[in-house]
Amino acid sequence: MAIATKPEPTRRDFLYIATGAAGAVGVAFAAWPFIDQMNPSSAVLAMASIEADLAPIQVGQQVVFKWRGHPLFVRRRTPKEIAEARAVTISDLPDPLARNANLAEDAPASDANRGSKPEWLVLVGVCTHLGCTPTVFEGDFGGWLCHCHGSQYDTAGRIRKGPAPQNLPVPPYSFLTDTKIKIG
Amino acid sequence: MRIALPLAFAVSLCAAAYGEDTSAALPPKTSSWSFNGVTGTYDRGALQRGFQVYKEVCSACHSLNLVSFNDLSAPGGPGFSAAQAKAIAAGYKIPAEPNDKGETMDPNGTRLTRAGILADHFPPPFPNEQAARASNGGALPPDLSLIEKARAGGPDYVYSILTGFAHKPPKGFKLMSGKYYNPYFPGRNISMPPPLTDGSVSFADGTPNKVAQEAHDVVTFLAWASEPKLEERHRTGFAVIAFLLLFSGLLFLAYRKIWKDQH
Amino acid sequence: MAGQSTYVPGSGLSRWFDKRLPIMRLMHDTMTTFPTPRNLNIWYTFGGILTFCLAVQIVTGVVLAMHYVPNADLAFNSVEGRIMREVNYGWLIRYIHSNGASMFFFAVYIHMFRGLYYGSYKAPREIIWILGVLIYLLMMGTAFFGYVLPWGQMSFWGATVITSLFSAIDQVIPNLGTAITTWLWGGFAVDDATLNRFFSLHYLLPFAIAAVVGLHIWALHVPGNNNPLGIDVKGPQDTVPFHPYYTVKDAFYLSLFVILFAVFVFYAPDFFGNPDNSTPANPLVTPPDIVPEWYLLPFYAMLRSVPQKLIGVLVLVGALVSLVFIPWLDTSKVRSCRFRPLMKQLFWVFALDCVMLGYVGSQSADAALHLAGIDMPLVWLARVGTLYYYAFFWLLMPLIGKIEKSKALPESIAKSVLGARGEHS
Repeated sequence: MAIATKPEPTRRDFLYIATGAAGAVGVAFAAWPFIDQMNPSSAVLAMASIEADLAPIQVGQQVVFKWRGHPLFVRRRTPKEIAEARAVTISDLPDPLARNANLAEDAPASDANRGSKPEWLVLVGVCTHLGCTPTVFEGDFGGWLCHCHGSQYDTAGRIRKGPAPQNLPVPPYSFLTDTKIKIG
Repeated sequence: MRIALPLAFAVSLCAAAYGEDTSAALPPKTSSWSFNGVTGTYDRGALQRGFQVYKEVCSACHSLNLVSFNDLSAPGGPGFSAAQAKAIAAGYKIPAEPNDKGETMDPNGTRLTRAGILADHFPPPFPNEQAARASNGGALPPDLSLIEKARAGGPDYVYSILTGFAHKPPKGFKLMSGKYYNPYFPGRNISMPPPLTDGSVSFADGTPNKVAQEAHDVVTFLAWASEPKLEERHRTGFAVIAFLLLFSGLLFLAYRKIWKDQH
Repeated sequence: MAGQSTYVPGSGLSRWFDKRLPIMRLMHDTMTTFPTPRNLNIWYTFGGILTFCLAVQIVTGVVLAMHYVPNADLAFNSVEGRIMREVNYGWLIRYIHSNGASMFFFAVYIHMFRGLYYGSYKAPREIIWILGVLIYLLMMGTAFFGYVLPWGQMSFWGATVITSLFSAIDQVIPNLGTAITTWLWGGFAVDDATLNRFFSLHYLLPFAIAAVVGLHIWALHVPGNNNPLGIDVKGPQDTVPFHPYYTVKDAFYLSLFVILFAVFVFYAPDFFGNPDNSTPANPLVTPPDIVPEWYLLPFYAMLRSVPQKLIGVLVLVGALVSLVFIPWLDTSKVRSCRFRPLMKQLFWVFALDCVMLGYVGSQSADAALHLAGIDMPLVWLARVGTLYYYAFFWLLMPLIGKIEKSKALPESIAKSVLGARGEHS
C-alpha cells in the first residue's frame, strides 16, 4: 500500500487550487440570482415612472398622486403663495438646501430651486421627520402641517418650524408638455 | 431468462397503436420553429407580425392577461422600442379607477376608461367569464398567455388548429350544431370559427399574408407570450453547462490524482 | 466505524471553542478522517447528491416563498405572472425547484435500489434503512403538497383524487372517512383552506426531512458504510479517510449530476411537467386524465389496479409499508447481489417491474395495448406488476435466501481491490 507523503508544491497542487478557484467562482455566479431576486421586479420598476396630467388642477389646488409607494404632492400655487415663498431669506431657513433631485446637492433652497416652473410645486409628501403625510393648507406658513409631531412647511415645501430636519424633497421630474409631467 | 423477460416488456410497450375512430384527434403537424432546439431564438419579424395578428384578430375574444405592454420592449421579445411600446399601450382603453365622484360608469352605463401605460397588462375583451361565454355561444375562449404550454404539442398543436379548418369532415361525421370541424381538436368539434383567412391582416413589412404565414407568425408570438424568458434561458444554460463541463474536468483530474496511489 | 476522535485543535481559539461546542471535532471525525471502505463505486455517491438536492430545494423554496401567494385566487398568477415573468431570475429559481424535485426522486430511487442490491439494509444497518423509508415517505408528502401550490388544473385535481382516497375508510367505519377528508380539506372540497394548509406543511416537512437525514447519517456512522462486496471492513487496510478520497470523488459525480440537472432546467424545463398545470384550477372542469408526477406513478398504477377503492388504497399503503420489513424478510446471509446470482436476476426484474408500473400509471385508466389483434387493458399489466412487487418482498426475499447457492465471498476488501492487480507501491 502506498504511503502518502506530504507532496512538494507541484503541478498537483496547482490542480487543486484551480479546482477550488473554479468552484468558488461557480458558487459566486450561482449565488447572484438568489440575491438579485430580492431587488425590485420588472413590475415594480415599470411603476418607477408615472405621468401626471396637470390640466384638471385649478389654481390654488393640490392633487395627490401615488409614486413609488409614496404620496406625491402636485400643487398649483397662487401668485400670493409664490410671492410669499420668494420673500423668505434663505439663511433664516432651518434647512438651507434645495433638496431637489433635478439639481446639484448643494443648491440653496431658493424658491426658484424648488421647481422648474414657479406655478407648479412637485414634492414627495413624506415628512422628513418620521415619515407621516403632511396636510395641505394648514400651519402658519400657508404650506403644510404634519399632524404627527407638528412640523410646518411653507408654500415652497420648506421646513420652517418643528422637528423635521429637511425640506420636503423634490423628486426627479420633467415637463413632457405644458400640462403633463413625468416623475421618476 | 435474463434477457427474455425485459425484452418481452419492451416489445409489448412498442406495440401500442392508435384508435381508428374518427372522433380521435389527429396528432399535430410538426413544423420547424425558430425557437426550437438548444440554440433556438424568436424571429423578431415573426413576433411583430404575430402581435399584429393577435391584436387585430384574436384579441376580439381571447385575453392575454399575463403579458404587459412593458414586455413588448423587453429583451428577448418582439423588440419594440420603449417609445413604441408606450404608444401601443396608450392606444388601449383600460378600465379606470373610480373618479372623484366614485363613479366607474358614464351616464350611459359604459365603463369609464383611461389610456394604457407600460405597466398595464393587455386588457381582456370581456369583463368576466359569463360575458365571454354569452358572446361566444356558451364557450369560453381561453386566455392565451400560456396556451402553448397548456396544450400537448405546444406550438405544433396551435398551428395545426389554426390551419386545420381547411380540412372537410369525412363522410358520415356528425358535426354538433354551432361547432366547426377541426381534426386536430379533441373530439373534432371546435367552438371557435376559423379565425384566419388569406389577407385577414396586412403586414407592415409586406410579408405575404396567407393563412399559413399568419398562423406561423401568431404561433411564434404566442410561444413568446408563454415563454418570454426562452432566449435568456438558452444563453444562460450554455454558459452554465460549459462551466460545469470544465469544472467536472478539473474535478475528474483531481479525483484521479488523489486516488492514483490507492488502485 | 465509530472510534476514538483524532481531532487536534489548531489554534488557541479553536481549543477554547472545542471545549465548549465540539462542532469542528464532529466535522473532522465524520467528514475528514472517517474511515470509509476503499471500494465504493458510483452508486455510493448518491447519498451526498441527495444532501445537495435537499439543500437546493430548501434554498430555492424559501426564495420562491418570498413571492408566492398561497391564496386560491392569486396563487396561479403569483407563479406564472409574477415569479416566472417579473421577479429577477424568478423563472430560473422556479425551474430549479420544479426540476429539482424530479432530480431529488431520481437520486433517491438510485440510492434505494443501491441499498437493495448490495444488501445495505441488512444487520446491523436495519435502522438506517427504516429511517431512509421514513425520509422517502416525507419526500412523497412534501412533493404532493408542493405540486398543489401552483393551483393549476393538475394541482387541484391531483389533490382532489388523493385526499378523496381517505373517504374509502367509510367502508370500514361509516362516516369516519368523510369526516377525515372534510377535516383535511377544511371544507366540502379542495379549496382555498386546503391550499393554505398545504403551503404551511410543504414549508415544514423539508426540515423534518433534514432532521431525519441527520439521524440517518448518525446511524450510518455507527457501523460505517457498506460496500459493493457486502463484506465487513476488517481493518484500516480496507478503508481510506473520507477526505480527500470521497469528498473529491463525490464532488466529481455531483458535478456530473448537476450537468444533467442543468440540461433539464435550461433546455427542457417542462419535460417532467404536465400541460394541464398551465391552466388555472377549475373545480367545474375535470381534465381528461389525472396523473401525478412521474415519481409517484408506480404507486398510482398499483392503486388503480384494484377496482375496489378501499382495497386499492390498502395495496398502495401496503406497498410502502412493506419496505420497512425488508431487513427481516431477506433471509440471505450474503449481503451483496454480486455474489447472489439468482437474487441478482430477480432484482433486475423488480427494477423493470417498477418502470413498467410507472408507465402504466402514466396512461389513462382504460388504456389498452393492441397486440396481434388482442386487446389487453393495461390494468392487467398493473396487476401482474403489483403481484410481482409484493411477491419480491414477501415471497422471494425469504425464499431465495434459503435456497440460493451464493458465490464465494472474497477474503477482504483490500485483497479484492489490490490483490487482483498484484502489489502496488
